[in-house]
Amino acid sequence: MFESSLFTSQFWEWFIIIPTVLGIIACFALIIWLGGGRPKDGKVKTMGHVWDGDLAELNNPLPRWWLYMFYLTLIFSIIYLILYPGLGSFAGILNWSETNAYEEEMAEAEARYGPIFAKYAEEPIETLVQKPDAIKLGHSLYMTYCTTCHGSDARGVRGFPNLRDDDWLYGGQATTIETTIMHGRNGNMPTAEMNGLKTKADINNITQYVISLSRKPDDRLAAVQGEKIFKRVCFACHGMTGTGFQALGAPNLTDDISLYGASRSKIRETITYGRQGKMPAHGDFLGKAKVHLLATYIYSLSLKK
Amino acid sequence: MAEISIAGQDTYNYKVVRQFAIMTIIWGIVGMSVGVFIAAELTWPWLNMDIPYLTFSRLRPLHTNAVIFAFGGSALFATSYYIVQRTCHVRLFSDKLAAVTFWGWQLVIVLAAITLPLGLTSTKEYAELEWPIDILITVIWVAYAIVFFGTLYKRKVSHIYVANWFFAAFIITIAILHIFNNLAVPVSMWKSYSAYAGVQDAMVQWWYGHNAVGFFLTAGFLGMMYYFVPKQAERPVYSYRLSIVHFWALIFTYIWAGPHHLHYTALPDWTQTLGMVMSLILLAPSWGGMINGIMTLSGAWEKLRSDPILRFMIVAISFYGMSTFEGPMMAIKTVNALSHYTDWTIGHVHSGALGWVAMITMGSMYYLIPRLFGRKLYSLKLVEVHFWVATIGVVLYAVAMWVSGIMQGLMWRAVNADGTLTYSFVESVQAMHPYYMTRWLGGTLFLTGMLIMAYNIFRTVVSSEVAVVNDKIPAPH
Repeated sequence: MFESSLFTSQFWEWFIIIPTVLGIIACFALIIWLGGGRPKDGKVKTMGHVWDGDLAELNNPLPRWWLYMFYLTLIFSIIYLILYPGLGSFAGILNWSETNAYEEEMAEAEARYGPIFAKYAEEPIETLVQKPDAIKLGHSLYMTYCTTCHGSDARGVRGFPNLRDDDWLYGGQATTIETTIMHGRNGNMPTAEMNGLKTKADINNITQYVISLSRKPDDRLAAVQGEKIFKRVCFACHGMTGTGFQALGAPNLTDDISLYGASRSKIRETITYGRQGKMPAHGDFLGKAKVHLLATYIYSLSLKK
Repeated sequence: MAEISIAGQDTYNYKVVRQFAIMTIIWGIVGMSVGVFIAAELTWPWLNMDIPYLTFSRLRPLHTNAVIFAFGGSALFATSYYIVQRTCHVRLFSDKLAAVTFWGWQLVIVLAAITLPLGLTSTKEYAELEWPIDILITVIWVAYAIVFFGTLYKRKVSHIYVANWFFAAFIITIAILHIFNNLAVPVSMWKSYSAYAGVQDAMVQWWYGHNAVGFFLTAGFLGMMYYFVPKQAERPVYSYRLSIVHFWALIFTYIWAGPHHLHYTALPDWTQTLGMVMSLILLAPSWGGMINGIMTLSGAWEKLRSDPILRFMIVAISFYGMSTFEGPMMAIKTVNALSHYTDWTIGHVHSGALGWVAMITMGSMYYLIPRLFGRKLYSLKLVEVHFWVATIGVVLYAVAMWVSGIMQGLMWRAVNADGTLTYSFVESVQAMHPYYMTRWLGGTLFLTGMLIMAYNIFRTVVSSEVAVVNDKIPAPH
């Protein structure tokens, strides 16, 4: 019954068991020792000590209901410690553990709810998207797992993409969306230093050029300078025309959608310090069927446009 | 303001008690104001105005540190110094060291008020202060222990009064908790890393955290109760026997209860079990204190009708009883599965902090301050007003958080027929809004009460009547 895996040595087990048991015994002893003392004539006397002029103490007996409550909690504790793990690595006679309890509950939930999701798993997203019950299920999953970053309206927030527009970092095809949810994505915009941009002027110039891709730059001359650097450095991911490259998750810089902000200072910040976008992988803990339904829901959002 | 001491020869040190007593009220206002502000931030998040120093995350530790250590701490220093002198019939062991504890403690508070909004934090709840301040606290606490135990040692009465047992346990245990929880490796002046890692760190943190409640906010304030309740009621303590049983059982059991903060986490099962079991055993010892407090009044119940100060004390003890019943219940794992991480915890903490700690402090200060300054309390009517405003404030606060907390817990665990969650997290946030407003209102009322008290105390202290301070040490008998 004793397995010492939790403890580095038997010493630590007894280090727990002995004070626990002695402590409970000491509580018993204390209330047995002082639990009596009911005055025979019914008159309660003071202890005879006086402090600070008039402070004195009576010596009333312990109230019975209180004493019984104390006994009750102690007895409950002893029973509980026999049934459940508590005394060192003694597992308790019920052999209960948090890990087992969790796994049992998860298995039960899988048996009960798994089939509900599984029946959609084989159907392609393109046809599944026509079924209101599948969309509803996908929406429930979305509200649980996705809203923290993408918002309950799926419009995202700075740094977390809007899922309702038609702009996609990694592509908006049903299977691409499913892959994104399943395996996650690691967006990586390198820092200026990593890109070999050393001077402030370089950064300023590229900033102006990036602005010029989607609107009028503040400084045309700088933008012209910036274009040269862009076509030497940035084009590798964002393309010669700045329209991006979905296989790398490199955003289109020519539209008016911007994940981290389109103001001059935000663009400069992005170029200077880089960005590390992180979409976590959900496949491992949600399983294929749920990811499939989530992808269906996300895909349905872009169809509504 | 003329001051006549009726001292023949030897007097008690009232100076340091006065200083701490006045600071209790000032820090109470400061700490509760920050609390009211962050409660407003939770209700109307734009209130932080995007200023980092005003964000909830930085002001929340300022609030907790200010109310626990500045307000509660000053109250404990004031009352323990007063009580230990008057029940030992000797002057404090050292006036100089006592002054060191006063100015040192104020310095700690000021440093906390500067560093926490700057975001300098060790991230340990209720122990956020960085290592240089932790060392300063340790030094001052040692000085406090020397003054307190030195005074006990040279006492002129043979028996140690029960209030001093509790103060003694509080001082020793807080020293141990503070030192071991804050062990850290400094990497710069304002940054350190905990000496413990992972779940051990969490366990040490909550061993500290729960005993900050058990020994700072419970044992210390029980010491206060054991002096001021019999004094104000003019009745002897109900049962010496009960005080022995509940004292020893309380200090033994409390120290184990910390793991109930970590139910259903990576903490090993055996630790969680012991935390729960010991928390349940804690119920009776806690109620022992409540019984001794309330029953001390037996034979003097009629005083409650006319004496608002006594009413403060009785309501405080009632809240103590209520939250020490609630605590063991919440420590039961199945209850905790619902209550953990919800506002129920906040409600529980505040029914203890406002209802018990603050109310017993207020009652004690209304008794203490006029005597320290040798004047009559300016207005008993205002004490009455304060009492009602504060009581309504606590009730609003606690009820709002109970409802909100249980609602959160139920919303988070509600599942649809297909096993998906019925509510997204943000829906539970939205549902909490009206209760957050109610909580803010309750807090505002409580703070208002504190302001009424400050006015009343101010008028008392500056009154033009000739002060007659009874700080004479009685002749040995």
